[in-house]
Amino acid sequence: MHRLPANATRFYADAEALAERIPDGALLALPPDYSLPAMAVVRALVRRRARNLRLLGVPVLGMCADLLIGAGCVVEIETSAVSLGEAGLAPRFTEAVERGEITVRDATCPMIHAALQAAEKGVPFMPLRGVLGSDLVAGRPDWKVIDNPMGRDDPILLAPAISPDVALFHARWADGAGNVWLGRRRELMTIAHAAKATLVSCEALREGDMLEDELLAPGVLASVYVSAVAEAPRGAWPLGVADAYPVDDAHLSAYARAAKTREGFARYLDEWVLTPRKSFSPA
Amino acid sequence: MGPYAKEELLASVIARLVGDAAHVAVGAASPIPATGCALLRARGLPLRVSLLHKRSANPFTDGSRELFDLAGQGRIDVFFLGGAQIDGEANINLVRAEGKRFPGSFGSAFMYAVIPKVILFREEHSRRVLVPKVEFVSAKGNPCALVTGKAVFSWQKERRRFRLESVHPGHDVDEVRASTGFEFDCPAEVPATIGPTSEEITMLRGPVRREIALNYPEFARRVWAQQPEAS
Repeated sequence: MHRLPANATRFYADAEALAERIPDGALLALPPDYSLPAMAVVRALVRRRARNLRLLGVPVLGMCADLLIGAGCVVEIETSAVSLGEAGLAPRFTEAVERGEITVRDATCPMIHAALQAAEKGVPFMPLRGVLGSDLVAGRPDWKVIDNPMGRDDPILLAPAISPDVALFHARWADGAGNVWLGRRRELMTIAHAAKATLVSCEALREGDMLEDELLAPGVLASVYVSAVAEAPRGAWPLGVADAYPVDDAHLSAYARAAKTREGFARYLDEWVLTPRKSFSPA
Repeated sequence: MGPYAKEELLASVIARLVGDAAHVAVGAASPIPATGCALLRARGLPLRVSLLHKRSANPFTDGSRELFDLAGQGRIDVFFLGGAQIDGEANINLVRAEGKRFPGSFGSAFMYAVIPKVILFREEHSRRVLVPKVEFVSAKGNPCALVTGKAVFSWQKERRRFRLESVHPGHDVDEVRASTGFEFDCPAEVPATIGPTSEEITMLRGPVRREIALNYPEFARRVWAQQPEAS
């Protein structure tokens, strides 16, 4: 009998099942709001009362982090920024930091990319130009400055490799082999390559093997990196999926307003996260 | 103010500062810099403009790291940075001030160091923003200029001081001094900022407006909704 390899992709019924596979205390790598955030799984994490998560923003975060922080799921966050973009500041992040309720490890975008690239190559660090002179460096004892061994009097910054416990994102399609189509959102491939486990919600399961299609294959994250997949239609909502549905700007603005206060945020959770819904399709 | 909107003036200032660069990258929250770059393109200059968050036909296909890889190699000539605080040493702060937390440094700590021509742009010109010393240095570097809603400063790299180059119509040097928290060099005569030419205004309200509306619809509505569309 043909046996599956130990690292074969597992298929689950829904976003709840993926959320159950993210343990409390995990270092959880998440994409920005513009790059396929797995919002349905994020809501499921709030429902399962996840605790002590350490978030890694690759390289920035938005509403998905704000929801998790507001719901008390997060103890620490490493990111280059948290913002709701045109909808303004991320209110739950802002308040939690100002009150000292979470720890922020401030970074800058290319350092996070470099740290993941080091991990995907299996090397301990990756050098990066610039950044020296920023107060960020003093706040990050894990970042090291060395003299470029290939040059002279040339200080250069090293980003230590980061291997997240779990990478979590959404995708347009997954196929029966566990391959996932990400298109141009290649930072997600880097996260998956670097992470110990990768969980993917998808708009739809697709017939056939996407690696056999020369037009699709360059946008495919191969199943070797994919730990688990679950179908979650409109799973990025209220954020968007390119060519499938746009960002729900009105909802995002409404969230930004509601989340300005703890009470407003609690009401938002009641209405949109804690109450089971069949669908997040527009009425 | 002349027969143009403040945003149109600022876009024409930005266009002059970008000059004959080959490649400029523009971030998500930068509609005025994007408008300045679109104006250069409308004038027929062979400028490559990479909008980070272009909604359709986005030029980046290697993930969000590609911008930084391009910049690190020297393939981007001009970039725009702002700050919750900007000080007289040209340091910018995107992290925290007066007990308030801001979103964070984004890619500024890297971009400021590696991009040859950084234009600091912040519409609010107040002592709240333009401070003697930032509370947190997100990024430091040598900008080409600082453009605000009231004035244009050049940066004197050797002296490490800003120099007031021009004051926008409707404002004056005393007002600029009163609303700037850091010291700067100020020549005896400070000219008024030159606004867009009538030809530029026509372009701004025609092809530029149409291009900007695709990626910054709210901004385009706000600036140009009252204007008849030029061809």
